Amino acid sequence: MNAKKILALALAALMVLAMAACNGNNGGNASDPANNGSSTPSGSGNDAEPTIASEFSVQIGPNPETLDPALNSAVDGGNMLVTLFETLLIIDENLEVQPGQAESYTVSEDGLTWTFTMRDGLKWSDGTDLTAKDFEYTFKRLADVNLAAPYGETVIGMVDGYQDAIGNPDKDGNMTTEPDIEKLNVKASDDGKTLTIVLSYPCSYFDKLVAFGTMSPVQQATVEANGDAWATKPETYVCNGPFMISEWTPSERIVVKKNPNYNGGWDSSRIVTETINFLLLEDSSASFAAYNSGAAVLIKDVPTEEIPSLTKVEDGGDYYVDTILGTYYVSMNDAIAPFNDINVRKALNLAIDRDYIANVIMQGTYTPAYNFVGPGVTDASGMFFDNSVAANGGKTYISEDYEANKKLAQEALAAAGYPGGEGFPTITYSTNDTGYHVAVAEYLQSCYKEVLGITMNIDRVEWASFTPLRRAGDYQMSRNGWVMDYNDASNIIELLYSTNGNNDGKYKSAAFDAAIDTSRVADQGEHFKALHEAEKIMMEDYACIPVAYYNDFWLQSPSLKGSWHSPYGYWFFQYAYVEE
Amino acid sequence: MGKYIVKRIAMGILSVFIVATLTFFLMNLVPGGPFVAEKSISKAAQEALEAKFGLDKPLLQRYTTYMTDFLQGDMGFSLRQRGRTVSDIIFSKFPVSARLAGIAVVVALCVGIPLGCVSAYNRGKLPDNFIIVLGTCGIAIPSFISSVLLLYTFGSWLQLLPTMGLNDAASYIMPVTALAIYPTAYITRLMRSSLLDVMGQDYIRTAKAMGLSSFMTLFKHALRNALLPVIAYVGPMLASLMTGSFVVEKIFTIPGLGREFVSSITNRDYTMIMGTTIILAALVIAANVLVDILYKVIDPRIKLK
Repeated sequence: MNAKKILALALAALMVLAMAACNGNNGGNASDPANNGSSTPSGSGNDAEPTIASEFSVQIGPNPETLDPALNSAVDGGNMLVTLFETLLIIDENLEVQPGQAESYTVSEDGLTWTFTMRDGLKWSDGTDLTAKDFEYTFKRLADVNLAAPYGETVIGMVDGYQDAIGNPDKDGNMTTEPDIEKLNVKASDDGKTLTIVLSYPCSYFDKLVAFGTMSPVQQATVEANGDAWATKPETYVCNGPFMISEWTPSERIVVKKNPNYNGGWDSSRIVTETINFLLLEDSSASFAAYNSGAAVLIKDVPTEEIPSLTKVEDGGDYYVDTILGTYYVSMNDAIAPFNDINVRKALNLAIDRDYIANVIMQGTYTPAYNFVGPGVTDASGMFFDNSVAANGGKTYISEDYEANKKLAQEALAAAGYPGGEGFPTITYSTNDTGYHVAVAEYLQSCYKEVLGITMNIDRVEWASFTPLRRAGDYQMSRNGWVMDYNDASNIIELLYSTNGNNDGKYKSAAFDAAIDTSRVADQGEHFKALHEAEKIMMEDYACIPVAYYNDFWLQSPSLKGSWHSPYGYWFFQYAYVEE
Repeated sequence: MGKYIVKRIAMGILSVFIVATLTFFLMNLVPGGPFVAEKSISKAAQEALEAKFGLDKPLLQRYTTYMTDFLQGDMGFSLRQRGRTVSDIIFSKFPVSARLAGIAVVVALCVGIPLGCVSAYNRGKLPDNFIIVLGTCGIAIPSFISSVLLLYTFGSWLQLLPTMGLNDAASYIMPVTALAIYPTAYITRLMRSSLLDVMGQDYIRTAKAMGLSSFMTLFKHALRNALLPVIAYVGPMLASLMTGSFVVEKIFTIPGLGREFVSSITNRDYTMIMGTTIILAALVIAANVLVDILYKVIDPRIKLK
């Protein structure tokens, strides 16, 4: 036996001891994450006797306006919902759809009938039974016009009977029949064991939709007894996820504790933390101070002025940058001159240096966007972005070679009849004044002047007026952006569909619309083929100007383990714990 | 006096009514609405929301409905924080802001008045110059700078004080300091100039000529009259501190009223705008009435009409 072997043996013995100590300290807690493979506490230091803290604090956003799953439309609320609730299906750390409250499901041949079989022994956090009937109530509630759930149409618009449920509004939005939520074709079996949902047209990503936070079950008795206020108080906030609310001081903190009645898709033996404090800090300096003083082990709001001094996790630091499903882009009002000319749109598209914007102006918190659909979006097989690039001969739609792009931009502008910008009208760029928006606008202004000889004015618009202005098409160019609701490329590509409510650029292309129509089928292969086609059409049409892909960037203490960040912009703390 | 107070209160109520009316119509003139989001909601959903909160009715009708409800003590539901009533939000947050403001005002008076006296007493000498420089800094440095400086120094670097909330005595130190800096500096300057002004008056000169020590003249005769402008300032200051400070509350994560006040406007949360504005107006007016009465107590020469 050589010295190395002896050392290894000694270390191994030490680790066993450390783990034993760890188990001992956990007392009644049957489980120890160390035994569960995927997230092993370090246990390597010979001075360490890692024990798991009963609680930890994180900052992942300000005070959520609402935590009613049906009413929430914000990422801050959504991030709380994934901790507090469990949907029929859940999405795991590998972005795969897994059984949640439903243990299995089947889809009929035509892709229209989805049957979910519920797990046995499901419970609400108050200890009462949860069955398929609760989901039936939840889905019908989403169709209730009087509730006005912002995501109602997104998540159940394809369910058979939806139009009757919302009263068949005509094109002016007036009901033509009496709304009746019972018309929604969602039916729980009498024993509450199965839930059958019939769709009016095939939706190949319906499995991802039922995993969306909006589809979280709510308890009928509680909601009916308390009205909208049920979701504002811990006493009436009945949920079914791994954690439940024990305290909510608006604008200060939400405290959640382990739900003793939890039964579902997450592995209960890996849920080891008793209490999580969600600090509702709104100021990034405050978050930063809380992180530095150890009051929070993870903060989402990092002061941008601190970014240059942070060390990325790849380099041994605690600063993380990770992709989320979204694209920062510029809308051009395609319906009006000069933007109705493809050459003008091409020039404006190619004249900008995306690498400079993302990595210098936005300090690397964004990733330069050369396609419309960014990384993190999955395809029938592999990633949508990778498949787009592969299909386009290994290149992104907009070349990464800026010098070449610049030349093409100048040529395009000349072809449009404005050589060197001569005779080109002064254009206005509208943006709201938060984050990097104005800095980006100022870059575009100088870049268009320098490269194309175009004069651009910047119009700063206050937030509440900005969105209506853009939606009404009352602008020339404007900042735009979209963070996807569910992981299917249709969610972002359809923004350019001629009748889409968010088609701010008023883009209208028969070929593009046809491709989108084709994509609405049950077959995944066909669905994605059509979506790739649609993306190609809009990119070759220069329908809008993709600028950068969104990322989340945050600080996370090395002591926090077992959590993960998903491209939906959520942090999952189900299995998270802090070693003391 | 009693008649005067009744009259002032009646005038106050009228002022609040005018403020409420103006706010109601002005906020509806501003473009945008409470249900605006980056992602459009369907037209039907938008209309259902508007109908639910009565926003689909003509403006005048909405105004009368709001006023009638308000008189019956019903400020309605927040349009953005679904399920919470405006009065719930205001009455859960107002005590926090009021407590903080109360302490800050006491601190400002206890520090500002003596500093002003010292400054005036030592006019032109080193302590005076020092206090003037300090006072100018206090007035010139905005609270978002002083708050962040405090936070980084005592919360993050020295880790002496808690960085958020108001959960123990220590957690009051930083927000109270940040809130009190400006009024302290202002009171110091006010006190100094007012005291200097009074010290130049005939009756003070008489007192001095009669052989009273300058220290005695200052405290016994000058101070009382010199306090008048300070008291006039305390009223509005208290009212504005009580409705909360957006910056200080945001940086120290204090669930107070100040943030609701500002965010209700950016959110176009109409019922919240009305609720917070009416409360602020009522406070300012009440503080002013109080100050007038205090005036009378301090200076019997003042006739209240």
